[in-house]
Amino acid sequence: MRKGNGEKRKDGLWTDAAKRFRKNKLAMAGLVMLAILILCALFANYIAPFHYDEQNLPAAFESPSLRHLMGTDNLGRDIFSRIIYGTRTSLSIALVAVLVATLAGGLMGAVAAFYGGVLDNVIMRFLDVFLAIPSTLLAIAIAAVLGPGVTNTVLAITIGQLPGLARIVRATVLSIKGEEYIRAARSIGAGNMRIIGLHILPNAMAPIIVQATLYVASAILSISSLSFIGLGIQPPTPEWGSMLSAGRAYIRDYWFIVAFPGLAIMATIFAFNLIGDGLRDALDPRLKN
Amino acid sequence: MEAILEAKNIRKYFKTPKGMLHAVDDVSFSIPKGKTLGVVGESGCGKSTLGLLLLHLESLTGGQIFFEGRDITNPGKRRLKELRCSMQMIFQDPFSSLNPRMSVSEIISEPFRIYKICRSPAEMEKKVDQLMDLVGLAPRLRQAYPHELDGGRRQRVGIARALAMAPKFIVCDEPVSALDVSIQAQILNLMQDLQKEMGLTYIFITHDLSVVRHISDEICVMYLGKIVEQARAQELFRNPLHPYTQALLSAIPRPKVPPATERIILKGELASPIEPKPGCRFAPRCIHAQDRCFQENPERREIGQGRFACCHCI
Amino acid sequence: MEKDTLLAVRGLTIQYETDSGVVHAVNGLDMELRHGETLGLVGETGAGKTTAALGIMRLLPEPPAKIQSGEILFKGEDVLKKSDAELRSMRGKKVAMIFQDPMTSLNPVLTVGEQIAEVIQLHERKSAAEAHVKAQEMLRLVGIPPERFSEYPHQFSGGMKQRVVIAIALACDPELLIADEPTTALDMTIQAQVLELMRSLRKELNTSMILITHDLGVVAEMCDRVAIVYAGEIVEQGTAHDVFNDTKHPYTMGLFGALPDLEGSEERLHPIPGLMPDPTHLPEGCRFSPRCPKRTDACVQTLPKNVETVPGHSVRCLLYEHGMQG
Repeated sequence: MRKGNGEKRKDGLWTDAAKRFRKNKLAMAGLVMLAILILCALFANYIAPFHYDEQNLPAAFESPSLRHLMGTDNLGRDIFSRIIYGTRTSLSIALVAVLVATLAGGLMGAVAAFYGGVLDNVIMRFLDVFLAIPSTLLAIAIAAVLGPGVTNTVLAITIGQLPGLARIVRATVLSIKGEEYIRAARSIGAGNMRIIGLHILPNAMAPIIVQATLYVASAILSISSLSFIGLGIQPPTPEWGSMLSAGRAYIRDYWFIVAFPGLAIMATIFAFNLIGDGLRDALDPRLKN
Repeated sequence: MEAILEAKNIRKYFKTPKGMLHAVDDVSFSIPKGKTLGVVGESGCGKSTLGLLLLHLESLTGGQIFFEGRDITNPGKRRLKELRCSMQMIFQDPFSSLNPRMSVSEIISEPFRIYKICRSPAEMEKKVDQLMDLVGLAPRLRQAYPHELDGGRRQRVGIARALAMAPKFIVCDEPVSALDVSIQAQILNLMQDLQKEMGLTYIFITHDLSVVRHISDEICVMYLGKIVEQARAQELFRNPLHPYTQALLSAIPRPKVPPATERIILKGELASPIEPKPGCRFAPRCIHAQDRCFQENPERREIGQGRFACCHCI
Repeated sequence: MEKDTLLAVRGLTIQYETDSGVVHAVNGLDMELRHGETLGLVGETGAGKTTAALGIMRLLPEPPAKIQSGEILFKGEDVLKKSDAELRSMRGKKVAMIFQDPMTSLNPVLTVGEQIAEVIQLHERKSAAEAHVKAQEMLRLVGIPPERFSEYPHQFSGGMKQRVVIAIALACDPELLIADEPTTALDMTIQAQVLELMRSLRKELNTSMILITHDLGVVAEMCDRVAIVYAGEIVEQGTAHDVFNDTKHPYTMGLFGALPDLEGSEERLHPIPGLMPDPTHLPEGCRFSPRCPKRTDACVQTLPKNVETVPGHSVRCLLYEHGMQG
């Protein structure tokens, strides 16, 4: 339905989308969760009652109490503090990896779609090779070759996610390229750069942002998986996956050692998925009218 | 009358897995300055491709195009950009021909930014206001986005964009087909007023025969990539010569009660334009077809003054 | 209710509840269709013609759509009071519908023959083999060689697909056929073929029909009676002859005036000024009054009633309410 013949409102499409997003309770819940996580990451030093590496062997395996909200691990380290610090590791690695994957994959996908022909074939077949391997498996392989560590984890996850993002961007750009307003821009003399920058990218942004958000969730899972099998972040750096891995020997007697890191992973992924779904509903013009 | 645009034997073939698709095949015509040439035909007859070829939005397979007496078949990059100022296009679908992320004033002023002809934002704003006034858009719609406008207003935005660089020649590809009759009449009147005021030349591509008769001085009827008949608008409707034109005109449902009783109902459907067989393309559906029609390509012949047809039987 | 009335719609009011307000799609629609008759429902985009037709079939998505009031009497029974099971046996069997776009109204993964046979088996006690034979018969009836039974929709052209759609609609010999813009997506010469087919089948099967269209030319060729729809109301209704040759309502006059004439040589067209009203905020009084050239002060305040100017020709306009002539 048309609304009031469009005379009253002066909002842009992004403002419109923001309004719709705010109306979506689940998405807002996700956003609040993410905000909390980001605060934890930024102010870990102030929030965490202990340093992540502070050992206290006599106090090992303490059950959750007021002093240790989530209990202590086998070395007597405060689990709550380690989870707070772990947010920093997981979020920053996931965000950086997805950002790089989106930029690089987006560029490859956009170039492939816009120029088409041989270039398209070369780029996409190259990426297909990577796509044939499950992204987590690929990340494991890369991490195994490069060795563990923060930089290598970022690299492994970036390469694992890049082909999927490139495909999404390519499909989006292809469909926008076929729209009549692109031809209209050409007919008034717009050059390639102008068409890509002003006409294709702004229209491709929405679906790409949605996908990237959902990819962050899977990146967090990948980081944890890599660390779990010992290929990602190395102790003593706190990371949820490696906490899970270290705690799994004691799971029968001390449930809290694995339960809280597991919950942290779950909650973060859940938050990103809620936000991603909310963004899709808010930005998809097909649901709009 | 001096021709502003002339097409000589232009052709456009597309490569498909099944062979060459003859979208536009050996089409010639010329348009006098300030007049409207209507191009009618059914879907798949190549009329839209023809429009894109004239504006170099598709590349030619063969033939020549002259604009104001100069050969513009291979214009080169710089000349093409110049040409795009004087040759413009109005698109069929006012819903997909406007970038949804740009406001009305951004869309209309884009040509100014591409050609960098405005010295200040104020000058650009003034020009946008003038254009909006010219096409009958209220100034309060400057910041509106396309999705907030109805079809008629969107088409006005499309027209304003086309007029921004003061073109001499405009290809109109089904500009009113997506609109309701009452809105369609508003847009057609606007286009006629603009033509008079600015001395524009139009190519008006449509499948709607009553619209094309109303707006055109001269009409080309296309069938499977060929112009089968060309005549002055009134002549064509008074005395259609080509059997396809006759059938097409007779197929129009007229808003008259009681309806006309005599009509020609064509058999069959459009043949495939891929690797067409020799002979007249219309022969398989033609009631007058003879053996010759299936073997020999009918030549374009001048029948009366300024009247052309491709048919063995005329 | 007269004996030969097949369908009578009285005071049908349908609304959509959306985020941006209540959309008044159909507002007190009255119409009647006799056996064997074709009624043309004419109006522009957003007039509510399709909503009204879907309402008669009870095919509207409810919610957001809501049938507020009115009755729809099909052969004397109120469609609005029928159970889901009764509705299912009515649809396709007694009332059939043809949609505008033949490209999307066929299932791409079933052969056309299977799709015709499906509706036959659904409504008639027939074996698969009998349905197969009947489906082939239907194909022949709509001018498609029965050998094409096992072909898929994508192997057919637009005109041929619409013939298949017609075959499905007519397979169970419905008493009422609702055709929503059946030829709008087709080319001129193909439209002529399909209209010709519909005319001959209508005569052969004696089907009553509601033809929804925006094309006054198609109406002139096909319809016995015409109803002009504006903003969810029928503003003028009568025999095709009366409505075309003795036009009463200013909106109908406006529609005819806006059409480019094929014979005359008028320099300019006469568009109806303004736009269709926003269905969430319909104007007070006569819905057409803001665009009407004959508007008086009274028009802005009073909603006009239906007035019969001559038997069978009714108008909803204040000009005719007190025996005045426009």
